[in-house]
Amino acid sequence: MLKINDLHVKLEEEDKQILKGLTLEVPAGEVHAIMGPNGSGKSTLSYVLSGRDGYEVTGGDATLDGASLLEMEPEDRAAAGLFLAFQYPVEIPGVGNMTFLRTAVNAQRKARGEAELSSGDFLKIVRAKAAELQISPEMLKRPVNVGFSGGEKKRNEILQMAMLEPRMCILDETDSGLDVDAMRLVSDGVNALRSPDRSFLVITHYQRLLNHIQPDVVHIMSNGRIIKSGGPELALQVEENGYGDLLAEAG
Amino acid sequence: MTATTDLDVREGVDRETVEAVQNMGSYKYGWDTEIEMEYAPKGVNEDIVRLISKKNNEPEWMTEWRLEAYRRWVTMTEPKWAMLNYPEIDYQDLYYYARPKSMEEKPKSLDEVDPKLLATYEKLGIPLREQMILAGVEGAEAAPAEGRRVAVDAVFDSVSVGTTFKDELAKAGVIFCSISEAIREHPELVKKYLGSVVPQSDNYFATLNSAVFSDGSFVYIPEGVRCPMELSTYFRINAENTGQFERTLIIADKGSYVSYLEGCTAPKRDTNQLHAAVVEIVILEDAEVKYSTVQNWFPGDEDGKGGIYNFVTKRADCREARAKVMWTQVETGSAITWKYPSCILRGEESQGEFYSIAIANNWQQADTGTKMIHLGKNTRSRIVSKGISAGQAQNTYRGLVTMHPRATNSRNYTQCDSLLIGDKCGAHTVPYIEVKNSSSRVEHEATTSKVDDDQLFYCRSRGMDEEEAVALVVNGFCREVLQALPMEFAMEAQSLVAISLEGSVG
Repeated sequence: MLKINDLHVKLEEEDKQILKGLTLEVPAGEVHAIMGPNGSGKSTLSYVLSGRDGYEVTGGDATLDGASLLEMEPEDRAAAGLFLAFQYPVEIPGVGNMTFLRTAVNAQRKARGEAELSSGDFLKIVRAKAAELQISPEMLKRPVNVGFSGGEKKRNEILQMAMLEPRMCILDETDSGLDVDAMRLVSDGVNALRSPDRSFLVITHYQRLLNHIQPDVVHIMSNGRIIKSGGPELALQVEENGYGDLLAEAG
Repeated sequence: MTATTDLDVREGVDRETVEAVQNMGSYKYGWDTEIEMEYAPKGVNEDIVRLISKKNNEPEWMTEWRLEAYRRWVTMTEPKWAMLNYPEIDYQDLYYYARPKSMEEKPKSLDEVDPKLLATYEKLGIPLREQMILAGVEGAEAAPAEGRRVAVDAVFDSVSVGTTFKDELAKAGVIFCSISEAIREHPELVKKYLGSVVPQSDNYFATLNSAVFSDGSFVYIPEGVRCPMELSTYFRINAENTGQFERTLIIADKGSYVSYLEGCTAPKRDTNQLHAAVVEIVILEDAEVKYSTVQNWFPGDEDGKGGIYNFVTKRADCREARAKVMWTQVETGSAITWKYPSCILRGEESQGEFYSIAIANNWQQADTGTKMIHLGKNTRSRIVSKGISAGQAQNTYRGLVTMHPRATNSRNYTQCDSLLIGDKCGAHTVPYIEVKNSSSRVEHEATTSKVDDDQLFYCRSRGMDEEEAVALVVNGFCREVLQALPMEFAMEAQSLVAISLEGSVG
């Protein structure tokens, strides 16, 4: 599904290399976690994959189902099936959450040559999915993320994911700022979306989230590279001993 | 096509023009060549004023009223205080009563119409038949009757709109007709109210309008009547480019209500045409008027060529107690916009509201806002202005709030928000506030922001393209004003916002 090969990325504005030869493969249906200390380049990876401005790819490639992502516009990546759940979801004053969702869903359908969803069909689907995430009808009417609590914002990201049905989901520190109950809700939402042809890349600081969203593979990232990959036990090891040993091991 | 065959072929206004001109006989300033006669000569003078009056079969008092305005106008000078930059207008180089564009230049079929214009109408959801007429295609008027109603209502003056609903409106006692018809049929009302809100001497453009207006609407809502339908002058003055000087007079008698819609979605492809309209609204005790405008005159092309110079005077007089007016405007067109729909809050406890979206893209310049003149006790006003600038455009909010000494316990709330797209445009806010009593309160809030890259990226990461993303964010910015519009207008306005900003990013 997602293949990242020897990816080198620097900041556009300054001469600072962030990713230094990152290689990673997430096969269809698998959940991979990326853990790593602050400043290792985890968020940069998520932004580069989804096409945010401000980064310059200096080498390597990233492909989704064989198609190179890096040359595509962000909206084309979305239409190709990539989704990023933001660490800090953006507020859009005056734009109703429902309007936003419908515009997004229909934009992607249009890009894929499918007919737009009718208002009735859309409403039915969105209400059902919102209910699963305990998102109230009132929250659907409010402007996108404006005045949402941390937990509401993250649940709203998962609602978008559920509506857009991407094939490759990247979750950027979705657990940050969540209490235990909110984390369970969000995790349940993610787990409900797991399927043989959908993959996840879960970026997190803490092992905690991985108790709820069981990964198939855990990668440890440091200084712009994957320094170690393993099973879920790797996350437990980090939780117990910190990153020190792993970093030393990697030299 | 020669001038003479043209005369035979064409119907309506132009033939009348030619005949009227021929009948009058005594023309100065180059009325004598054949071709100029046909198209009505450029320039303004007393004969032109008389011609317009005569064409409308106006009574003597009206002709005199116009002439009085004209004589005053020649002594006046054009105002220069607005933050607008445009070349000197040669008032003798303009058409005051005729098509400014020759028939030869008219597109003969849809194939010849600028595809960008066609695409615009498609996006607005206006059917093809209407499109043909809107774009001024020759022969469209003669097309089969099917679907004709909308187009004809829209294109020709307000008479046909009035005709369509004549029975229903008459039952309610509502008068809705063209201003020239009103001058003939209801002289007592016109004499009483015309110029009573915007006097002949008001300002340079209003005075010019008083002299040369050739078209417009008249509305009278009798005491205690709630107008049974929304009155609309959608696309009306688009017809044959004859309506650059329209005049509208609305009178809401005691306890009445009307919602009036004005659509100016006509494309004009000429170079810098002048449009100087006057709208007067008289609101008596306990009456309420809502006046909504979607203005989309041709704004000029990407390089700033062409476009309408829009100098408009709109004013509502809340003449008696508890009168209420609400102006809502969506200004997306025109190369130059000079427009300040105002409220005179004379009656005690009268209320004025002004909701505005002004979008300026490419090389457009907008200097627009409102005036709230509080004269009566316990009067209230509210201003919500959203200015959006993109490209090289300059957008100015200019507003006046005055609390007169006798307007005790009055309130005003003003909110002015500006949004910038790109780094070559400008937004300016020029509020004038005068408070002459100690019990009134005026609040003013202003913000200026840029369309945020993070917002755009967020939208795009969900699959919207850049223009969709900008339109969504900007529509969100305008939400309060869009909500003040009648439903069907709000939808159109939303599409217009998106269309106006096309090409403003990337």
